[in-house]
Amino acid sequence: MNQAIDHSHIPDWGVDLDPAKRPAVPMERTPPRLEGVHWDRPAQQPQTVEVLHSIERPGLTPVFGTSAPPRGLSGWIRRRAFRHSESDLRHWMLLLMADRVNVGEGLLDDVRRSPRARTAAFGVAGAALALWLLRRRQRT
Amino acid sequence: MLATTYRRPYRVRAAQVPEPVIEHPDDTIVRVTRACICGSDLHLYHGLVPDTRVGSIFGHEFTGIVEEVGNNVRNLKVGDHVLVPFNVFCGTCASCSRELYGNCENVNPEATAVGGAYGYSHTAGGYNGGQAEYVRVPFADIGPTVIPSDIHIEDAVLLTDVVPTGYQAAEMGDIHENDTVVVFGAGPIGLMAARCAWLMGAGRVIVVDQVDYRLDFARRFAQAETVDFREVEDIALHIKKMTDWQGADVCIDAVGCEADGNFMQTLTGVKMKLQAGAATALHWAINSTRRGGNVSIVGVYGPTFNAVPIGSAMNKGLTLRMNQASVKRHLPHLIEHIRAGRLKPRELITHRVPLEEVDEAYHRFSAKQDGCIKTVLIPPHAGRIDTPTPVAKPASAQLH
Repeated sequence: MNQAIDHSHIPDWGVDLDPAKRPAVPMERTPPRLEGVHWDRPAQQPQTVEVLHSIERPGLTPVFGTSAPPRGLSGWIRRRAFRHSESDLRHWMLLLMADRVNVGEGLLDDVRRSPRARTAAFGVAGAALALWLLRRRQRT
Repeated sequence: MLATTYRRPYRVRAAQVPEPVIEHPDDTIVRVTRACICGSDLHLYHGLVPDTRVGSIFGHEFTGIVEEVGNNVRNLKVGDHVLVPFNVFCGTCASCSRELYGNCENVNPEATAVGGAYGYSHTAGGYNGGQAEYVRVPFADIGPTVIPSDIHIEDAVLLTDVVPTGYQAAEMGDIHENDTVVVFGAGPIGLMAARCAWLMGAGRVIVVDQVDYRLDFARRFAQAETVDFREVEDIALHIKKMTDWQGADVCIDAVGCEADGNFMQTLTGVKMKLQAGAATALHWAINSTRRGGNVSIVGVYGPTFNAVPIGSAMNKGLTLRMNQASVKRHLPHLIEHIRAGRLKPRELITHRVPLEEVDEAYHRFSAKQDGCIKTVLIPPHAGRIDTPTPVAKPASAQLH
């Protein structure tokens, strides 16, 4: 494939042709070109909420996210998921299941918080109850 | 504050949530000035990434102004305008000491296979994201980069992911002079990878997709040849015919787990979740590459497994290289490219919308409506941002 090709229509063609100009070549580069590091090991972030961790590591990492701690039924499933390693399919399938349960919990939460959604939910529930009673009466 | 919160598959909401606080002495709080919706955010939006919890805040591409700094922060000060690489990284672990900042070992307790990323589920560390008014940024002294005064804010926000990921996609292909490079996927990353392939001396760049407006964009933005895979019976065979029956020297998978084009992959990967997404593009990449060629993967897949022709990859002697972009190591070089006018990332931006309209913006991007390539979200209190027009300057000889 190395026949002569005219690249004059491509602006800046080949400006990084030399691999030495490419910043991630070689892929692993030591020591790192990183300024501003003033710790040997990061200080440990205090844990203020429940954080699950992979059983493939000894504990929490020095720094971690604290968004949406596990709670409710989905949290219970997530805790069980984290009993299995990342190599075990059950770990991921339980997490996906927990995600779906969590969606249901979120919808219930919406109903609880929104007056309009609450009214609509009560309306639907009331209509369903009335329909059930009506059918029951018709049968008797 | 206002933030993009996940509610359920195909539904996010701009909702009021508590503002973030300093949780570690090396943290900073940043007031977001611009945030983008990334193609990989769609995997979260579609409910495909395990441990995506309701209420978590999306967004890993953002710029912002430093509002508050932790006690240990020395290099940033309140008021600095920074771009924040999507990787959360510590700078000192075994991976960071090899400049593999996307594989940091000290920031994600929930998955050892994944580094830390903002707003990308608990599988990526459980960090809230930047599609919000404020965001917590760990390791403020090494992650954020102060935006140079001559770099446009829209170029800056694309330097947090799109530009380095596209560049690294081409870089991992180990492109040699006059190589034929095939890029699967004409989203922002694929388009940037195609453009960067020329910078690395490619002889031909071919972009494969099925969306007409994206293929048009690829021809204009990346001067690439394009192939609509719907119009050919077998894309691997078509690439062989285009390359004198050899196959491409380098194939780049810039699609990931939601590829179209193969019914069984879509059924088992996307609909039934029996594998970690539809690996159609990766399958095509392996089969379209010449013997001894290189396959570069930046498309995102789930953590379980995928059906790909690994036997063909072995028999052909392919080199497969893949990783999350190590954003920080690319920034000085890519900033010089933008200064010199070699890369013009903000030409990718097709939509600029208020954060309040994020639900509609996700829907438009997901459904590929209205010519959407890249959406920038503008939070309500982003404030007035000076956006200089970059002036082409000679590139510096020494970039690092």
